[in-house]
Amino acid sequence: MAMRQPIESGVPDNKQWLHPVMLKNYGNWKYHDRPRPGVLHHVAHSGDQIWTVRAGTQRQMDLFTIRKLCDIADQFADGYVRFTIRSNIEFMVKDETRVAALITALTAAGFPVGGTGNSVSSIAHTQGWLHCDIPGTDASGAVKALMDDLYEEFIKEDMPNRVHLSTSCCEINCGGQADIAVIVQHTKPPKINHDLVANACERPTVVARCPVAAIRPALVNGKPSLEIDEKKCMCCGACYPPCPPMQINDPEHTKLAIWVGGKNSNARGKPTFMKMVASGLPNNAPRWPEVSALVKKILYTYKADARPWERMSDWIERIGWPRFFEKCELPFTKYLIDDWRGSRANLNASTHIRF
Amino acid sequence: MAKKPHDTPMLDQLESGPWPSFVTGLKRLADKSDYMVDLMGQLEHSYKTRKGYWKGGTVGVFGYGGGVIPRFSEVASMFPDSSEFHTLRIQPAPGMHYDTNILRKLCDAWEEHGSGLIAFHGQSGDIMFQGVSSAKVQDAFDAINELGFDLGGAGPAVRTSMSCVGAARCEQSCYDEAKAHRDVLNTFTDDIHRPALPYKFKFKFSGCANDCMNSIQRADMAVIGTWRDNMRTDEGLARKWFAKHGMNELVNDVIARCPTKAIMLKETKDVSKDGKISSVAINDTQSLEIDNPNCVRCMHCINVMTGALAHGKDTGATILMGGKRTLKIGDLMGTVVVPFMPLKSDEDYEALVELGRKVIDFFAENALEHERTGEMIERIGLVNFLEGIGQEIDANMVSAPRTNPYVRTDGWDDEVARINAKKAAD
Repeated sequence: MAMRQPIESGVPDNKQWLHPVMLKNYGNWKYHDRPRPGVLHHVAHSGDQIWTVRAGTQRQMDLFTIRKLCDIADQFADGYVRFTIRSNIEFMVKDETRVAALITALTAAGFPVGGTGNSVSSIAHTQGWLHCDIPGTDASGAVKALMDDLYEEFIKEDMPNRVHLSTSCCEINCGGQADIAVIVQHTKPPKINHDLVANACERPTVVARCPVAAIRPALVNGKPSLEIDEKKCMCCGACYPPCPPMQINDPEHTKLAIWVGGKNSNARGKPTFMKMVASGLPNNAPRWPEVSALVKKILYTYKADARPWERMSDWIERIGWPRFFEKCELPFTKYLIDDWRGSRANLNASTHIRF
Repeated sequence: MAKKPHDTPMLDQLESGPWPSFVTGLKRLADKSDYMVDLMGQLEHSYKTRKGYWKGGTVGVFGYGGGVIPRFSEVASMFPDSSEFHTLRIQPAPGMHYDTNILRKLCDAWEEHGSGLIAFHGQSGDIMFQGVSSAKVQDAFDAINELGFDLGGAGPAVRTSMSCVGAARCEQSCYDEAKAHRDVLNTFTDDIHRPALPYKFKFKFSGCANDCMNSIQRADMAVIGTWRDNMRTDEGLARKWFAKHGMNELVNDVIARCPTKAIMLKETKDVSKDGKISSVAINDTQSLEIDNPNCVRCMHCINVMTGALAHGKDTGATILMGGKRTLKIGDLMGTVVVPFMPLKSDEDYEALVELGRKVIDFFAENALEHERTGEMIERIGLVNFLEGIGQEIDANMVSAPRTNPYVRTDGWDDEVARINAKKAAD
């Protein structure tokens, strides 16, 4: 039997799934406001209006959940939805009178309405133990636990500015830059199963992957393998994906770190990378309470101290890093002083010091 | 009815609390599926032992070299029914728009061939159809492909892209993000489906400098909307905003937060008549005066006073290249390669596609194995990269000129002459 040839259709055209009001006013919107948290109201130059109701989802959705969302869209909205980059779902209606019932239906079905404006939006996250081949921790679980704690901040708009969170289950950081990010930080070099390396790994590739040139080819027990200069190794785990016998994950020594101040928007200051501010948190499934506690500590310190429109990075820039650590009651350890290439740019080459 | 579920005391703890629970969803699927019973068993095992148990491999569909993420269980003896749990990465439409009709069809296809678990969306933008056996991969793909969807990128390929809601529902959109997204990505379907590059290559499309797609930090080629002419204003909305928010907020949240101090509060009678100045009255006597040549298009004041202030009409995009996360040399932001590219006419969009083609050709030719575009630029220097893709240098590409003298400048006079000749010709 001949195999079916794929239809190389690539990216589908979104026009076929756009709400008619959005199609009609495509590229011709004038302004928007937010009548309440979770609701956007856009007005076009034509005078047409559309209301958007945004709700949080668990991202990893079963068919029943997706069909439930479709039922709500068909019954209470106009049958059109879209997803945001943080896995929130949006329902569009052209009639303001439909907004309240839509909110009620979503809330009753367990989907929190919010995530707009100066709220804490849902967490961008990775695959974790559910599906990834190299995860140091789980993603969906840590996110569920944290969003349970931050539920009120999702459904309200009480923050100085929008807050983006992310979690990542290894240092590759698929979860991405965020105002507060939770990222796995390994603390011990890989444990190598020398019996498997020769068959499972392309050794030159693995050697080339190491950012600190700590990996060398070696003969171990008469078999071609790899060895690690453990004094050089900084436990990033880069060797593990191309060489699974170099196990970096460890139930005890794989820890979690907290990073703050990532911002991709150009608004006010230029985009910023997030910075590591805490590490050594235990990989404490199923709810990672130590992580949630520290994220909340930082988040509520920011909430209390930042001025309107300041993102996490804007706030820290205004008060200075020493005060950030002081206010958040975090120890500033030697591990937080950058020693990687280009790190001198992160040193204070001035007498600008706040006392 | 499926077989008896495994005990999952740890996962069970993730069913309480107000946020939607993925565990409850998994359980609903496991009610009817041995596949998902064992999947939950393995996940609980991971929670208990704090380790992951999936390994990669090679699984694909006929005609393509990538787009399926193979997962084989290392603990298949304990959880045999979910020993293969592959993911299909499927490219979404620009802006991630759907109607319920297409969503239901996708669900039906996945119910027939896969696990019933779908993630909207992965971090590269794919719809992730999670959980399908090797034997069912082809059927699952065929069904989804027939609905008008195609596999995304994986491995050293052009990857699936993302674009913001943009022109469909946002006043801040500076170009047709969906058109740019489709024009560019659908030029490279071959490079998406048949991984043959040194490493991954990502495009992302944001309609304005708020960069909702986080393209600057995550894309090898980021297309970020901007404008060249004067900001537009709307007096009705400006007065309305001021009446609601007052002078303190206007001064503290708008004027003081302008990064280049391009906004001043003035008596309306004193506002400059210069053609490069935008202004708008906020009450009967006072106006905002905006010095457009000194505005860096950061979007802040437009975010605060939506509609009262708006981007100009001469729109297009700034193109930045080389953004990526840590491995191998550390995080890199995209850097400006094209300060402004107009995106209005079909020819403009063709020029964008052409730039993408040039960059990918140069990357394929010159990058080392497993080296991202940003790392390549770091290794060879921005000037060599620009020469390689035929892009003229521009002072907007740097934060500041060099701070060290380690450069041979014997071509200085020739370079000055070349620049002057080019200026005279323009």
